[in-house]
Amino acid sequence: MIPARHAPVLVTAGLFAALFILGALQYDGFGTLRVFLNLFTDNAFLAVTAIGMTFVILSGGIDLSVGAVIAFTGVLTAVLIQAGWPLWLVFPLVLVIGGTFGAGMGCLIHFYRLQPFIVTLAGMFLMRGLAVVVSERSVPIEHSVYDAVNAAGVMLPGRAFISAQAIMLVIVLAGALILAHYRRFGTYVYAMGGNAESARLMAVPVARTTIGIYALSSFLAALAGIMFSFYTSSGYALAAVGLELDAIAAVVIGGTLLTGGYGYVIGTLVGVMLMGLVQTYIAFNGSLNSWWTKIVIGVLVLIFVCLQRIRIPTRAATGSARE
Amino acid sequence: MTAATSLLSLRGVRKEFPGVVALDDVDFEVRPGEVHALLGENGAGKSTLIKVLTGVYPRDGGEMSLGGETLSPQSVGEAQAAGISTVYQEVNLLPNLSVAQNLLLGREPRRFGLTDWKQMNAKARETLKRFRLDIDVTRPLGAFSVAIQQLVAIARGVDQRAKILVLDEPTASLDASEVEVLFDILRDLRTAGLGVVFVTHFLDQVYALSDRITVLRNGRKIGTFETAELPRPKLVEHMLGYELQGTASSHASRGTVTEGNDAALEMDSACVSGSVQEISLAAQSGEAIGLAGLLGSGRTEVCRALFGLDTLSSGRIRRNGRDVHITSPRGAIAKGIALCPEDRKANGIVGELSVRENIALALQARRGWWRPIPAREKRAMAEKAITDFKIATPDADKPVRLLSGGNQQKVILARWLAIAPDVLLLDEPTRGIDVGAHAEILRLIHQLCERGMALIVTSSELEELVAFSHRVIVLRDFRQIAMIEGEDITEDAVLQAIAS
Repeated sequence: MIPARHAPVLVTAGLFAALFILGALQYDGFGTLRVFLNLFTDNAFLAVTAIGMTFVILSGGIDLSVGAVIAFTGVLTAVLIQAGWPLWLVFPLVLVIGGTFGAGMGCLIHFYRLQPFIVTLAGMFLMRGLAVVVSERSVPIEHSVYDAVNAAGVMLPGRAFISAQAIMLVIVLAGALILAHYRRFGTYVYAMGGNAESARLMAVPVARTTIGIYALSSFLAALAGIMFSFYTSSGYALAAVGLELDAIAAVVIGGTLLTGGYGYVIGTLVGVMLMGLVQTYIAFNGSLNSWWTKIVIGVLVLIFVCLQRIRIPTRAATGSARE
Repeated sequence: MTAATSLLSLRGVRKEFPGVVALDDVDFEVRPGEVHALLGENGAGKSTLIKVLTGVYPRDGGEMSLGGETLSPQSVGEAQAAGISTVYQEVNLLPNLSVAQNLLLGREPRRFGLTDWKQMNAKARETLKRFRLDIDVTRPLGAFSVAIQQLVAIARGVDQRAKILVLDEPTASLDASEVEVLFDILRDLRTAGLGVVFVTHFLDQVYALSDRITVLRNGRKIGTFETAELPRPKLVEHMLGYELQGTASSHASRGTVTEGNDAALEMDSACVSGSVQEISLAAQSGEAIGLAGLLGSGRTEVCRALFGLDTLSSGRIRRNGRDVHITSPRGAIAKGIALCPEDRKANGIVGELSVRENIALALQARRGWWRPIPAREKRAMAEKAITDFKIATPDADKPVRLLSGGNQQKVILARWLAIAPDVLLLDEPTRGIDVGAHAEILRLIHQLCERGMALIVTSSELEELVAFSHRVIVLRDFRQIAMIEGEDITEDAVLQAIAS
């Protein structure tokens, strides 16, 4: 028997399979390993961001700053590389900046009891503004390592390609799965999302966990920023505008409850993949405007939020029927 | 008193909140291998003392030591690490995590730094065996009944290698056989040398289990007594601070109500799908109808149907002989029906609002939001309620969430009485509140009947039901199984109906 709590993830996976089969029947070259693997490559930075977002939402919070962190990281990386800084210094530096920035937001949220929405909204403006201050124009990156990494990967038959982006995504995913399901930190995240007050009374280190959650989210956003800079071979302050909302949508479509406590990291990956597949489908169709992607995603989010609504009252009702 | 060494000792503990001294120079001592009952009225300071003990509140003065070492826990984690674990009144576990995760949160067995799920579930099953609970520990806790959740919470508390186990009203949601299981376990723990602090308002349980009793009143310690040497009336006197008037119910006051009149509120073979079936009852003005039955028998559901929270699938509700359709609480209030819900915190009070705002809420809702109640009128109303109901609060501006349970209940009552409803539904009005407030609420029920209000009251305490009811409806499995009237209402009769 399949536990009911896995149902949302399975629904999303089912939708993915259905759309994949539909596309394969309609269009030549759709139902191939190549298209499937390209989903990983093209959505790697979004998936990495959304995985961080999953922890935030599981804990009952929200992080609106991730898109701006990606842009800031990308533009700073590009400027520093063009200024001649070595990569081994640039990458750790921007990752530390990202992590520290997130930890700072976590501190504000915990110690001053501020709404995550407001704190991360402020963080979003701050990061976006800083990004523009660093460079208003798009900065191209010319570096041999960038060319090498972008060409690196595993070529499979049928021109299918496992890119460095995809490999990075799989590594992050593996780490996130371990963190969520095999480390105390993960349990604490679920605990806080289930009931913050109970979690505190059960001696969950709420301060450490809150700071850790937002640090993780910003760190992964910074990592996604680096991946984005590889993907575009440039850094641009106005890149990834609204990406935080795509990440939130992916988390919701992946079956995580927006109020926290219920959901899975793997669901988020499936959510991102489904969103990517919708985009691919529309690209294969050719006649549809690419903005239809947004419409479909909007409908999907709405359906999933409604499904969660239906699931929740049944749980509450069985609870109250016992008096 | 023997010179037994103390395990936990508090000396001169003081705790203040803005405007209130919650604990004033309180001494408290627990010996190894004893069950120590901590008793007192609402607002006596029991909860505050427990929260100081367990690191939720820092204390403002006094000493505390555990096993001879001074202790000033700054967080729940610190107190737990020192050996004080607590099970709170409301189940404070996490419904979204599995039973095993709840039991072992923060102490998960690990291998190579990763959670070892197999060992964790095995350990959890082992722990629950002692509680005679054989459940699937991998399922989310929320899938189980409140009673099982409560037992899991206690199992968690016991399992922490605690030296002191604090139980705050642990039996509120347990039935008799579950209470027995719990008491057996507590006796084992006592034998093992644990110190158990036991807070409850069930005096029977105090006498069944505890070795010593400490009574608090108004934030001060009244005394510590050997349970065997303290007769029950004396205990109640200590708790209330005055001599008990005869508690015998005044059956005489149960005046005959003129028959033939249309009932103020009547339910005729009412059914709600998935809930109560074929319920018929009639409350005349000036009558109190008691709803009896075990946990889950459908008492709350009857109230929900009458207040429009659930809609009838068949049958009808009549007010003064006329059929009415009640589809929402708003509709019910408009028809003069008010409900004091069972779960005060979730459904009754608006914790952040002041006492005054909470009291004015229902009246305001009836007037409509575009016609605010003048501030002076509101203040007068609140002041009157505070004196009439003896609500223990420094002033009417205090947020309601800071009051104790019994006082919150009084605020809810005051709120409804401000709109003078014809029918008042009271769902477990005395749950979780102690003797003094208890007696006051019973007195109030009598008064309201005399004023001509019709009351429908659920209660799991038979003694109480028998004391105020003109008629008792007994429910089982969502069905009405008996109705007992007039002189036939005795605890025995009701008990037999429930057990039949």
